[in-house]
Formats: sequence, C-alpha cells, structure tokens
Amino acid sequence: MKRFFGFVKKEFLHIFRDYRTMIILFGIPAAQILLFGFVVSMDLKNARVAFLDLSRDEVTQKISDKLTSSGFFKRGETLLSYKDIDKVLRGNKTKAVIIFEKDFGRNLIRNGRATVSIIADGSEPNMATLTTNYISAIISDYNRELAGSSAGSILVQPEVRMFYNPALKGQYMFVPGVITLIMILICALMTSITITREKELGTMEALLVSPLKPVQIILGKVLPYFILSFIDLIVILVLSWLVFELPVKGSLALLLAESMLYILMSLSIGILISTVSKTMQQAIFISLVGMMLPTVLLSGFIFPIENMPEVYGWISALLPPRYFVVIIKNIMVKGTGFLYVWKETAILVAFTLAAIGLSIRNFKIRLQ
Amino acid sequence: MRTILYLIRKEFLQIFRDKFIGKAIFGIPIVQMLILVPAITFEIKDIKLCIIDRDMTVESRGLVSQLAGSTFFKVRYSTFSEEEANDLLHKDKCSLILQIPSGFGKEIGKGNPVKVMVSANAINASNAQLSWAYLNGVIRDYNQNIIAENAGGRAMAAIPQVMVTNRYWYNEMLNYKYYMLPGILGILVLAIGFILAGLNLVKEKESGTIEQINVTPVKKYQFITAKIVPFLIIGLIDLAIGLIIGILVFRIPFEGSIALLFLCSAIFLVAVLGLALFLSTFSSTQQQFMFTGFFFMIIFILMSGIFTPLESMPDWAQKIDLINPVAYIMRINRMVILKGSTFQDIRGDVYALIAIAVAFTILAINRYRKTA
Repeated sequence: MKRFFGFVKKEFLHIFRDYRTMIILFGIPAAQILLFGFVVSMDLKNARVAFLDLSRDEVTQKISDKLTSSGFFKRGETLLSYKDIDKVLRGNKTKAVIIFEKDFGRNLIRNGRATVSIIADGSEPNMATLTTNYISAIISDYNRELAGSSAGSILVQPEVRMFYNPALKGQYMFVPGVITLIMILICALMTSITITREKELGTMEALLVSPLKPVQIILGKVLPYFILSFIDLIVILVLSWLVFELPVKGSLALLLAESMLYILMSLSIGILISTVSKTMQQAIFISLVGMMLPTVLLSGFIFPIENMPEVYGWISALLPPRYFVVIIKNIMVKGTGFLYVWKETAILVAFTLAAIGLSIRNFKIRLQ
Repeated sequence: MRTILYLIRKEFLQIFRDKFIGKAIFGIPIVQMLILVPAITFEIKDIKLCIIDRDMTVESRGLVSQLAGSTFFKVRYSTFSEEEANDLLHKDKCSLILQIPSGFGKEIGKGNPVKVMVSANAINASNAQLSWAYLNGVIRDYNQNIIAENAGGRAMAAIPQVMVTNRYWYNEMLNYKYYMLPGILGILVLAIGFILAGLNLVKEKESGTIEQINVTPVKKYQFITAKIVPFLIIGLIDLAIGLIIGILVFRIPFEGSIALLFLCSAIFLVAVLGLALFLSTFSSTQQQFMFTGFFFMIIFILMSGIFTPLESMPDWAQKIDLINPVAYIMRINRMVILKGSTFQDIRGDVYALIAIAVAFTILAINRYRKTA
C-alpha cells in the first residue's frame, strides 16, 4: 500500500511540475465559464439600423424615434435612395434598413394604412430574425397607441411564464455544458496521454518490471486525475454560484454522486484510448476528434440536438456526454430527484462497465 | 533565396513522409465541412407544444389550428390537467404549454380582451425567447383576423394601422448553412495551420533535429519563412477543398471575388502561423504545445463571433477582439462569400489583419533562438 501511495505521489509531481498542464486543469474551465458568462451572448442590443425615409413627416419621425429609443437599436445612416441600401448593408456595420414609403403620414390618415419595409442582413440569420421581430413588436405597440381605446382592443393577450429560468440567463445552458466538457478533457485526454507517454518514452517498461501490479499502475495513474477533476467540478460549481448566482436546485449529494460516476466513466474511456493507441499523437487525435468534438457539438450543450438533422440525434444517442448533460441539467436547474434521471444513470453505468471490460481485454503487460 | 527554397522542399518532404498527417491534411477538411456545417444550427423548428384548452369552442380551436398550421409549432399533447402538462414540461416532452381559459370564445365574441397563459421551458434562454417571439407572431395574426371579421371591411378602415413587411437580403430563406459555412472555413484554416505548424516545430525540438539546423548558416528569418510557407500552401489548398464542398454539397452562393477571399485567407494564415511558431518556442514537447495551443484556440474561436454577434459582446471584449485574427477572418469570409463585398468594403479589416500578421511573425523570429 505504501508503495502505491509513493506511485500516486510521483504522478502528482508529474502533473504539478508543468504549468501547461495546470492551464488545462484550471485555466480552461475558468476561461470558458467567464467567456460564456460575459462575452458570448445572443441578446440584441444597440444593433445599428439605417433609415430610408421617403416621406419625412411627423409620423415617420415618431416611429423612428420610438425604435431608436428602445435600447435595442442605434440610429445609423440616413439614406436617400434605394441604391444606397446594398452599399450600407455590405459595409457590415448596419444590420437592417427601415424604409418608410412615400407619403407615409398622409396614407396613414387618409387610407388608414401605411407600410414600413424592413430589409435585414440575412447573412446572420439569428440577428436578422431578432431584428425584424423586435421592430415588428415596437411597431405593433405603436399601432395599439394609435387605436387607443377603440375597437382595436379586442385582443388575445398572451402572458408568459419562463419556467426554471425566469431571468432568461444563458448560464443555465453552458455551466452544465462546461462541466461535461472539462471532465472529458481532463479524464479522457489527460489520462490517455500520460499512459501513452510512458509507453512512448519507454518508462512504462520500467514500471511494469517494478513490484507494482498492473492494476496498481493504472489506478495510480488515474487517481490523481480523479481527485483533480473532482476539485475542478467544485471550482466550477462555486464559480457559477458566486459569479452568476446559479445555485444547485436539487440535491447536491446526488449531483456529486452522478458526477463521480461520470468522471469514472471518462477515466475508463481514457484508459481504453490509451490501450488502443501507440503514440501520444494518436491518443491526442482520438480524444480530440473522437471525444471532444462530438461532446461540444452533439451533447446539446451549445446547439440543441432537436434542431439538427435527424441523423445527428441517432449519433448523439451513442455518446455518453449527452446523458450526463440531461442528468446535470435536471438536478442543477430543474431540481428533480433521482426518479427523473435513473434511465440516464443506468446508461452511464453501462458505458463505464463496457469501457473497463474492453480495456482489461486490451491491456498488455508486455510491450512489443 | 535558394536556401529558403531548399528548406521549403525539406519541409514538404518531411510533412508528407508521415502517412497519417498526409491523409489528415486532406481528410480533416472534408469531414469537418460535412459534419459541422449541418450540425451547427440555432434554427428552431417543430417547437413541441402542449395545449390545455379549457374552452373547446370554435374560437379556441381556431387559435390552436392556427398554431398547428404554422411551420414552427407541433402540437404534441393536449390535456385538461395542468399537473399533467407541467409534468410533460418537466420531462422535456414538450417545451411550451399554452393554456386557453374557459370563456375564451365568449369573451372574444363580446369583444373583450382575454388572457392566455404560456409556460415555456427557459433553460435554453435564447431558444425560449425565440419560441415566445414566434408564438406572439401567430397570436398577433390571429388577433388581426378576429378584428377583421368582427369589424368587417367598413370599420377596419377607421382604425389606422402601420403594416410591416420584411425581406432578408443575401440569404433570403435565412438558411443557417450559408451562415455557418464561411465561419467553418475560417476555423478549418485556423486549426490546420495552427496545430500542424506548431507541432512541427516542437517535434524538431523533441527529436533534436532542430540542433542540426541551428549549426548551419541558415538565418533565423529564413528558417521561420521556410516553416510558414509550406503550411500556408497546405492551408490554402484546404480552403479550396472546403469551398468546393460548400459549393457542390451545400450549394452556397459565392457572390464575391475568389481571389480576394484567398488573399485575405493567406494573410490570416501568416498571422496564425506566426502565432503558432511564437507559442511553440515556449514549449519543449508536443504535449505542452497542444495544451497551450488548445487554450488559445478556444478563446479565439469563442470570441470570434462565429456563433454569436460581435455587437452583443461587452466593450472590453470587443477591444480584445482587435488582436484576434479569427474575428477578422470570420467577418471577411462572410462578407466576401455571402454579400459580395469588395476590397473597398473590407479594407479596414484587411489592413488590421496585415498588421497582426507582421507583428506575430516578427515576434516569432525574435523569440526563436539558435542556441538550444
């Protein structure tokens, strides 16, 4: 047993000796949490819109003021003719052009109808949808003011309640995602690299001839990463709680237990990768392309799976991170208990057992 | 000059001697384009709806069928129990619940306002906001129809109303693939250049071959140039492969000048390669370079505006983006490919990119020591 702890200590020394490893361990989670929290945002604010006002009367003035004072839009160029639209949109600063038809005010009073046309830059579809939706909403507000208390008030008024996330914080999406990603990164990538490195450098042979049993070697390799990933998990949870005021709604014990299961699974996948790859480059490649990329893309972390082509839904069913994202979202955000996530938990257990079984079959004591 | 040419030839021989790298160089862009472009989407379709219709009149059914008829919604469940509906929301079986109160039809017939209650699963805030906006749009149409029916053509004219029409330029149908494709092209060029070039230099260090070059009279700038040029060429070939896939498979309209796109990507590649070589001088093993490189790539990509508009970022982040080459190429690619922007339109970005490229390359040359 003492021998084993000596080995674990050696592994810890390996990790702490290199500051670049520490970047991966603590720099990436912190940077991701902060970037997603403060930088990456889909909100519309201060989008620049240009005006092509062919009427120039009181009404158009009022509507454009209403738009620009909403906080969502910023007044851009004032155009004089249709020909300028392309030039302005191509410059990429302006997101949409708002066109008031000729005799706008007079049409509105005489015919009761006047038309505003929006030309939005479709090269950014999200921005374009948001822009046109917000402009339409502001104008229908104006319509309601126009109609006053008269017949216009026969309205079905929808009222919305945003469940689980009333403040519409983006953090509820990405904190579970970042946790999932970091665990895969540390457990699968780092473990597979350290083991293949020993193989590549030839030091594995030295370990194998030592009195340590192969099981002890593997356990000694993964134990430091198990502890470090657990610390990382707690750091992320504390960060998201302190910085974004995102508490764990459900049971913390359940969350930690599920995370341990997931860490265990990622570690077994890491070992599995190391048993099938001969060089570090191969291990890096398999973990990055085989594990990281699908985790980012297909776990429903940034991009909802249900919006993707159907094939991707089937592929993602084969990927463990997807189930962990469901579990962690349920516990953290919805506050549900084990009854809601037992199916996903069972799947993760199955993945773990399969990975361990396969690595035992592939593990060779002798090196070629 | 001849020295550089010989060195470049040596680099090419070295790169393609590794069978895996040789395959990866052409395989990765194909796989990336085919997998990433359709997968990355914020497009919303088939929002799963649960209806609680306590009214069951012609009016309420009219509203439901109008929702079901729109392309965004799919009525998955209808129930009378709020508890059951909430449970469905809890289990992620539906993402919106619409409750129509009893007396809905009667009140509407009388011309009184009625409230309908919507519950949304807002864990994904932007999805929830968009679904809510779509639902509002459908209800707005529904209102308009009722007003028109109740009032008849005559009274309608009495209520003045501003109509809104909209059109989307450059991407009429708001096809997400058109939006993502130029961005993915940028990422592709970044990943190939950054990782291959950085690993290449560190590998020479690891295997000790760099010392053999260090003892020759090769100058520092010659060495760095010879490291940049091969990867520049490979990056541009990958860009071409990516573009061909984009045009043939995804039918992206290419509006601008191909020469301009390649020119900008070449400048971008020099910037990226310079940075990769600069960073690689800090690492002594491939593993170390992977870690540092990975850290920078994540930050560059997340801040480049590939998924989210740059304008929504806080000011300090936009300032940092001034030295992020990926942010420039993202903008340039989209503008040139989708909008057909000319050099005039993008010249500010091009000059900035040139400045970054020069700065990073000089840094790399200066940091590189011929002593081990």
